[in-house]
Amino acid sequence: MPDAAPVRMTGIVKDFTGVRALDGVDLALRPGEIHAVMGENGAGKSTLIKVLTGVHGHDAGEILLDGEPVRFSGPKAAQAAGISTVYQEVNLTENLSVAENLLAGREPRLGPFINFRAMRRRATELLDGIGVDLNVAAPLGAYSIAVQQLVAIARAVDIEAKVLILDEPTSSLDRDEVEVLLGVMRRLAADGTALVFISHFLDQVYAVADRMTVLRNGALVGEWATADLPQNALIGHMLGREAAALEQIERTAAAHHVADGEPLVEAVGLGRKGSIAPYDLTVRRGEVVGLAGLLGSGRTETARLIAGADRADSGSLRFAGRRVGGHNPRTAAARGIAFCPENRKTEGLVGDLTVAENMILAMQASRGWARSVPPARRDKLVAAFIDKLGIRPADPDMPVRNLSGGNQQKVLLARWMLVEPKLLILDEPTRGIDVGAKADIQRLVAELSADGMAVLFVSAELDEVTRLSDRIAVLRDRELIAVLEAEADLTSEHIVDTIVAGGREP
Amino acid sequence: MTAPTLTARPTRSKLFDGLTRYVPIGATIGLLAALYLGGVANYPNFDNPQVVAKLFIDNAPLLVVAVGMTFVILSGGIDLSVGSVMAFATMACAWLTVDAGVAAPLATVLVLAFGTAWGLLVGAVIHYFHVQPFIATLVGLFLFRGLTLQISATDVSMREIGFFQWGMTHVDFGEVRDGGFWLPYLSFVAFAVVAVAFVVLHYTRFGRGVYAVGGSETSALLMGLPVARTKIGVYAISGCCAALAGVLAAFATKSANPLANVGTELDAIAAVVIGGTLLTGGAGFVLGTVAGVMVWGMLNTLIAFQGNLSSWWARIVMGALLLAFILLQRVLARSGEKRRT
Amino acid sequence: MNAYAKRLLWPVLILLALIAVNIVATGVDFIVPSVNDDGRLGGAFVNILRRSAPLLLIALGMTLVIATKGIDLSVGAVYAIGAAIACQTIIDAPDQTAGGLVLAAVALALAATAAIGAWNGVMVAHFGIQPIVATLVLMIAGRGIAQLVTGGQIPKVQDASPFTELGRGAFLTVPIPIWIAALVLTALALLTRRTALGMLLESVGGNPEASRLAGIRSRGITVLVYLVCGLCAGLAGLIGAANLGSADANNGGLWIELDAILAVVIGGTALLGGRFFLLGTAIGVVIIGTLEDTIINVGLSSQWQFTAKAVVVFAVALLQSPEFRGWVLRPLRRRPEAPAPAQAEEAAS
Repeated sequence: MPDAAPVRMTGIVKDFTGVRALDGVDLALRPGEIHAVMGENGAGKSTLIKVLTGVHGHDAGEILLDGEPVRFSGPKAAQAAGISTVYQEVNLTENLSVAENLLAGREPRLGPFINFRAMRRRATELLDGIGVDLNVAAPLGAYSIAVQQLVAIARAVDIEAKVLILDEPTSSLDRDEVEVLLGVMRRLAADGTALVFISHFLDQVYAVADRMTVLRNGALVGEWATADLPQNALIGHMLGREAAALEQIERTAAAHHVADGEPLVEAVGLGRKGSIAPYDLTVRRGEVVGLAGLLGSGRTETARLIAGADRADSGSLRFAGRRVGGHNPRTAAARGIAFCPENRKTEGLVGDLTVAENMILAMQASRGWARSVPPARRDKLVAAFIDKLGIRPADPDMPVRNLSGGNQQKVLLARWMLVEPKLLILDEPTRGIDVGAKADIQRLVAELSADGMAVLFVSAELDEVTRLSDRIAVLRDRELIAVLEAEADLTSEHIVDTIVAGGREP
Repeated sequence: MTAPTLTARPTRSKLFDGLTRYVPIGATIGLLAALYLGGVANYPNFDNPQVVAKLFIDNAPLLVVAVGMTFVILSGGIDLSVGSVMAFATMACAWLTVDAGVAAPLATVLVLAFGTAWGLLVGAVIHYFHVQPFIATLVGLFLFRGLTLQISATDVSMREIGFFQWGMTHVDFGEVRDGGFWLPYLSFVAFAVVAVAFVVLHYTRFGRGVYAVGGSETSALLMGLPVARTKIGVYAISGCCAALAGVLAAFATKSANPLANVGTELDAIAAVVIGGTLLTGGAGFVLGTVAGVMVWGMLNTLIAFQGNLSSWWARIVMGALLLAFILLQRVLARSGEKRRT
Repeated sequence: MNAYAKRLLWPVLILLALIAVNIVATGVDFIVPSVNDDGRLGGAFVNILRRSAPLLLIALGMTLVIATKGIDLSVGAVYAIGAAIACQTIIDAPDQTAGGLVLAAVALALAATAAIGAWNGVMVAHFGIQPIVATLVLMIAGRGIAQLVTGGQIPKVQDASPFTELGRGAFLTVPIPIWIAALVLTALALLTRRTALGMLLESVGGNPEASRLAGIRSRGITVLVYLVCGLCAGLAGLIGAANLGSADANNGGLWIELDAILAVVIGGTALLGGRFFLLGTAIGVVIIGTLEDTIINVGLSSQWQFTAKAVVVFAVALLQSPEFRGWVLRPLRRRPEAPAPAQAEEAAS
């Protein structure tokens, strides 16, 4: 059996400046098999793929291609060896025609000139091969993303791919389009191609994958045949149990019984096409509401609509009893809604600015540029929060990009705590930070809610959500499917069961 | 199991998409027609064919520069050095032939080779060192203006060199007095450049690569296209075109002025954009550039016919047109983006 | 403040080196100010400062624009428009020496250039057009507009008009252009560093999305910055025109936008936006001004200044390119374990 694998990765280790992204991961790809690589954000799926295709080098372990150890210099070299990748974002050019995109760089020629007729014929054949019928002379941009994705696959297949990697190819497709894509995948597998499928849609994975490899926090959890791994077991493996020595967060009884508190956020039918189906959600003062679900379930999108980061195109939102109109981050902040986004570096912090400047940013934004926060007051506030949150190094003039992830997250939290919001929205505040900082942040959330602040808490870790939340909204496939009351006996297994049960039929 | 077959129609209708692609150039041609008809209606002798022929005489160097600029802009770059390179090329022709006694054809070849080599260097700096095109070509703008002034701070005449008479030798099409017109050889050189550029852009791998790189450089790289060769190539073409335009200017005026062509890069950029090429790259036509240059020429002709208007009006109108086209392209791009979430 | 000092170190060293070359070539008189017969401060270096004033004004405005990840190519044309409006207003009046007239002309010119700057800002902030494209429109059309104002002539203001004092006069023996430049530098430094404007600018330029989510009114700030830039360019045009006593729509402020960008980059502000250094820009401007004199003082013809600037642009652009530094330093940095040299480098620079 091992000899049947054209690609075998064993004991792969990859370090990024002190952070171990992959720790002894194995992956074996066999011809005619669709192999799903599963895991949450940061589990190491894309790093593994990038190591395989030579985007990143690896620090230990080896990659065998047909039994020979290899190390590719980049995607082009991997492609030449028969390993093609189709990415989530279609990496083709919309301004060129379908045929040109399919055959760019390999156009049939007459002398030095491109033979357009032969090119169109060849392109039509290629698309026929995967069961797609298009006008190949039309610009690619005229077609939907789904069709573009299929064109990308046809292109990858044409480069005589032994291995075809599909990295989240379905994330922007609708149901029918997904069916076509899965059909194409089955057809390719039947022809003997080894496929790697990365997707956060469990239905799709169960519909096509023959085998699954599950990663968590850069480590291999295991490899199973799909038939041997029921959905709830898979989710359990992906989300895992945080074995680390996190302190148990003691909630005061008062904080836990706020069900009769007055509602602060009332979302009715709030939704945004293509990102989250309309949902109803209420958050009361002093309450922690958790948003649980897998990656891509719409948990971030749910939070962003309430935060005003994205514009809703349906439904209504009431905040503190008033109807919210003209919702955007600035007006949201003025109402008392604070939002710490998922991606600290690209959406949260300004890396060039210092710790103190980043902390003061939201307060300053609300005052306008002309009314500077007086330096003395600023220094006092900043020092107080550095002390309170234990930010290290405790240097307010340090550029924030030089801080570790956990400390960066604390700076972001401090930015919003400074303005004393009524509602604090935290999107994955504990992702990718060390255990100590994680415990600090969890404790802080508990304290803030005990003081009467409402918190909307998004996390990929079910244990964390269950421990901190008074109520948990469960999401799946961009729909809010249930809101669970956090009774004493609610465990992460309940949530997993809800996710599995709440899904549409595959 | 049987795999389903997907027959997809473009989400935007093909007709509409075709229109979107041709809206800017259609607008340019409409504008050109309006300018021409306006001229015919208002001024006697405007319908003389020589009026149109004159556009390609006066603007032959600009046309050649603009064709080179089209390559650069299509690839998503910009070249600010063309005006200076052009002036330098004219001056170098004069210096090599008049002062150094080099045979004129050889001098011409040397100048063209030099322009191309400079473009290669600039392209390499832009591609390999990720210097912004705007800054990298700024070097050329300063450098060649300086070098030109160092060769001579005053006009140099090339009237004595027989070779430079060749450019204005003309071909008559019918009797000029009764509805015919004439064109000099240098216009044909410009036409040849346009024709070659058209074929290269639309019928060769390099040309399609230029569009691909302008559409998305990352995609082009991941598709395995020769991005380095393409990006460096467009600057080499632009450098070569600028040098050739300088040679054409030498043919046309038979003298080299060290302060000639200040701001030609702006005229060329404006002509390219008004010709329907997207300033951000990836979409446009070299024939559109021809139309853009003709708009520029037509504006100047109209001003000349009017007699009491000054030439600065051409610049103002070009600026206004540029604005209109940028806004038009912005609107078209937005309507295209709406499909995505 | 340490980071600021580090950023300014290189520009200051370059400036000192240039001054040293000049002193060697022409003697200590180069740097020591002298008092002219008419009681005004003179000397080679004071003249450099006086002549650099318009460039400094434009470069300061450009610094703010670049801090927001933008660029303003139209400043040279705006310079010409400001000069044209002021001169034309003055020569159209019967009595060119009237103080009120000069004030009105200056106010009119500044209002017009501020409006042009705001227009650029609206194009960038509200229409979402790339800055280089948005300001290219006025770079092309602007000189035509200036011609329109002057009717294609070069309006010459009488030497007796108080307007010329803006360029040639002196106050407390110091030339007025130096006063204006110093005042604007101080004012902008106070405006950006005493209010929160500077920090918000750096935030918008450093990370636009994070700034939006933090609730910053980035559109208003962007428009304001382009407005200030236009105003600075107009003021520079006034000084230039007052110095010459005329407004040349074609050649006034020609290529000054490029000199200004060069000065900003020499002064340590990255073209990618974020941190900006007004004082660094000022030093960059003086470097460019001194460079022009140095070329003549070491015995080269004035045509060399273009070539010299080309070399400076090339050197600065390459030195700012991480790829270039990597390529040059590669042979020097062959260590088995070099964790995050990029980060260390960024922190140090």
